[in-house]
Amino acid sequence: MAKPTAPVEKERSMIMQKEMVEGLFKELATAREKGRKVVYTFVPGNLSELIRAFDMLPVYPEINALQSGMRKKSAAFIRDAEKWGHSEDVCTYVKCDIGMMLNGNVGPTGQKLPEPDLLLLSYTGCFTFMKWFENLERLYPNAEIAMLHTPYQEGGRITDEMRQYMVKQLREEVIPKFEKVSGKKFDEARLAGILANSKRTDDLITEIFAQSRQRPSPIDAYFAGVYYIGPINIGFRGTPEAVTYYEELLKEIKQRAAEGRGPVTPEGEIKEEKYRLVVEGPPNWTSFREFWKLFHDQGAVIVASSYTKVGGVYDLGFRHDPARPLETLAEYCMNCYTNMNLPQRIDLLGKCITEYQADGFLINSIKSCNSFSAGQLMIMRDLEDKLEIPVGFIESDLVDPRYFSYSNIKNRLDSFFQMLAQRKVLATA
Amino acid sequence: MTPLEEIISTCRQLAFDLNFSRAKAWKAQDPQRVLVGFTPIYFPREVVHAAKGLAVGILGAGDRKPIIKGDAYYQSYICHMPRGIVELALDGNLDGFDGFVFPSICDVMRNLSGMFQLMGKGRFAKYMDFPQNFRAEIGGAFYKAEMEDVLRRIEAINGVQVTADALDRSIALYDRNRAMLAAIYDIRQDHPWRLAYEDLYCIMRAGLVMPVEEHNAMLEQVLEAIGRERGVPEDRIKVVVAGAFCEQPPLGLIKTIEAAGCYVVDDDFLLGSRWIEGAVGGGNGDPLAAIADAYLTRSVQSSVVYDVGNPKEKRLLDLARRRGADGLVFAAPSFCDPALLDQPLYFHQCEKEGVRYVQFQYNENTGQFKVIKEQVGAFADSIKLWEGEAATA
Repeated sequence: MAKPTAPVEKERSMIMQKEMVEGLFKELATAREKGRKVVYTFVPGNLSELIRAFDMLPVYPEINALQSGMRKKSAAFIRDAEKWGHSEDVCTYVKCDIGMMLNGNVGPTGQKLPEPDLLLLSYTGCFTFMKWFENLERLYPNAEIAMLHTPYQEGGRITDEMRQYMVKQLREEVIPKFEKVSGKKFDEARLAGILANSKRTDDLITEIFAQSRQRPSPIDAYFAGVYYIGPINIGFRGTPEAVTYYEELLKEIKQRAAEGRGPVTPEGEIKEEKYRLVVEGPPNWTSFREFWKLFHDQGAVIVASSYTKVGGVYDLGFRHDPARPLETLAEYCMNCYTNMNLPQRIDLLGKCITEYQADGFLINSIKSCNSFSAGQLMIMRDLEDKLEIPVGFIESDLVDPRYFSYSNIKNRLDSFFQMLAQRKVLATA
Repeated sequence: MTPLEEIISTCRQLAFDLNFSRAKAWKAQDPQRVLVGFTPIYFPREVVHAAKGLAVGILGAGDRKPIIKGDAYYQSYICHMPRGIVELALDGNLDGFDGFVFPSICDVMRNLSGMFQLMGKGRFAKYMDFPQNFRAEIGGAFYKAEMEDVLRRIEAINGVQVTADALDRSIALYDRNRAMLAAIYDIRQDHPWRLAYEDLYCIMRAGLVMPVEEHNAMLEQVLEAIGRERGVPEDRIKVVVAGAFCEQPPLGLIKTIEAAGCYVVDDDFLLGSRWIEGAVGGGNGDPLAAIADAYLTRSVQSSVVYDVGNPKEKRLLDLARRRGADGLVFAAPSFCDPALLDQPLYFHQCEKEGVRYVQFQYNENTGQFKVIKEQVGAFADSIKLWEGEAATA
């Protein structure tokens, strides 16, 4: 396997993000001594604004797991979770997180994470979240527990009953738990103020991802996209820092677009955009850079991806509404990508393929994640039939390196790119 | 044949009839009748019954049908049952069904509902979200709305407007069904040799594909027959089987567990048929509220119900103690997140309380039982030979 060695180019927004994340982990490391309360919760349907409204700090077990994967720590954590009784068959995010706890709960930055004061189960778009939290509850028996059940958009829409169910849960179950743990009364006006920042952030992130409609695309909306969605998904949505970060990021991207430059990658800028792709499914984290390089080397740019919508879908018009704080939180949760039914997902992916003028559609099917993976082959076939677009299919895992086979993935991608090249030749003949 | 043997024979044939002939024949007798297929685990069948329908359990193709097309829809790391269901749908076995309901138990079944929508199977394909909030005014209200939605969809097909009286009558029939199944389990707890578990499984499974009135008549005869001594007690241990609530093992595997030296005295194989502990009741003018209340307050313990404040490992071990079980058999389908993610919780609790257990995985079309027979046999022998008293005592 070719090991990438080139130094990574850093733009100002990247440095800003790094500082934000490091700041959060420092705050977490000193949370106990500073009397800050800590909430463990999940990315899809995350209630960042509510957590901020109670001055609490968030910990995201999936983020810890993916960071462990990127830092090559996940294999050992997974092995320990399997020794503890977990099957090889189940979600590796769960096993990585449990393995991390069994090893002292030292987070990805090397600092010990505080135990949770509140376990907020935002059960959105992934049934396994519930099972994950049932395991966490046994490991943290002193934590308060709040469950927010997000109904699935099975009919392709949000009904009044779904909205009411969520608002009642927020008002009568979730908020009282926050009040109990934080010792603070819920201040709806304060939440509304935070949501106003979220709305601004929603606009900015939507405009950022829309930049890849240009040719060449100034961004990679999958590999770089996961960094772009970082701040909104790990607790900064609703903060002034997030607004500043996204304003800076948008400025940089617009500048690149104006100069006709391609995306920045760890291997350097993509100088010639050969293929424009839409990708469905999460990335692999254990070999993230090698994985990205496979695309970089072929001049393939991902112009849209479903994974960047896992923490919220903004393309279809959703914006946080400060005038309806609880209703808007409910609608946000229900609008996450994996909470949408299969026909909705196909419509959204088809829209991306068409509007971003993609040359191909690729699925990275993740062994651990049935929420994405079950039905993907049907999605692929449907899009192929409807749009006559070349499709590709590769398989890997989130954080279990045993399921990342470089040569298998490379072979399949090589065939896929050959197909795209052939299609281009035929189109110009 | 004795009446019981005839019932077992009929049920064995109905239970594995992948053409659902009995249900389709029932529907053919009246143009207003509808068939609503549902996947595991629990679905309030009373609701469909009250609307002149029959809720029909769809449990995959098991080891009775080669899966060819279904495999093209799923990656190798996804469980087996949905492949069988897709195969049945594509081969026309489900033609004649008016709608499908997919209860919320996992992401695979959730996305299968979308696949049925895309395939255009039935007049509706509904993913039914069961509440994970257990307060009547929150989760109960939402669940009532979900049931009303099912009724609206059936009404759009057959025009039947369901009354409270009709729902109460349907509830009473299914309450009777559940009560008789509970009575059979209670008899088998002390006299498991009177009815082999394999036979009970077929009787229960047949109840998912036939009118409840007919099934109730059968259960009455079964109860009558096993109320008296029959069969010969054997030197076997008593076990509770857990983890098999959705994808069903082949009948041969179920038979293997008992043949290896066990009596299955409780299980979660067809848990939906016994989901509500006690009666739903009704008769209070709001039957849907009664069904919702039963779900919120009297559901069995299950991997798909959020268990805060009511730990599943405690409930499972309490059940094993109530049944006088000597040990637990954890049998879960491969790649089943809900079942497999629970197992460490169960294992640790068993170890903490000194309860013996054995564990294996299967697929619905597992064809080799020898290894499982040896594993379970060794487990049974170890308890019979080395344990003086029930390990859960």
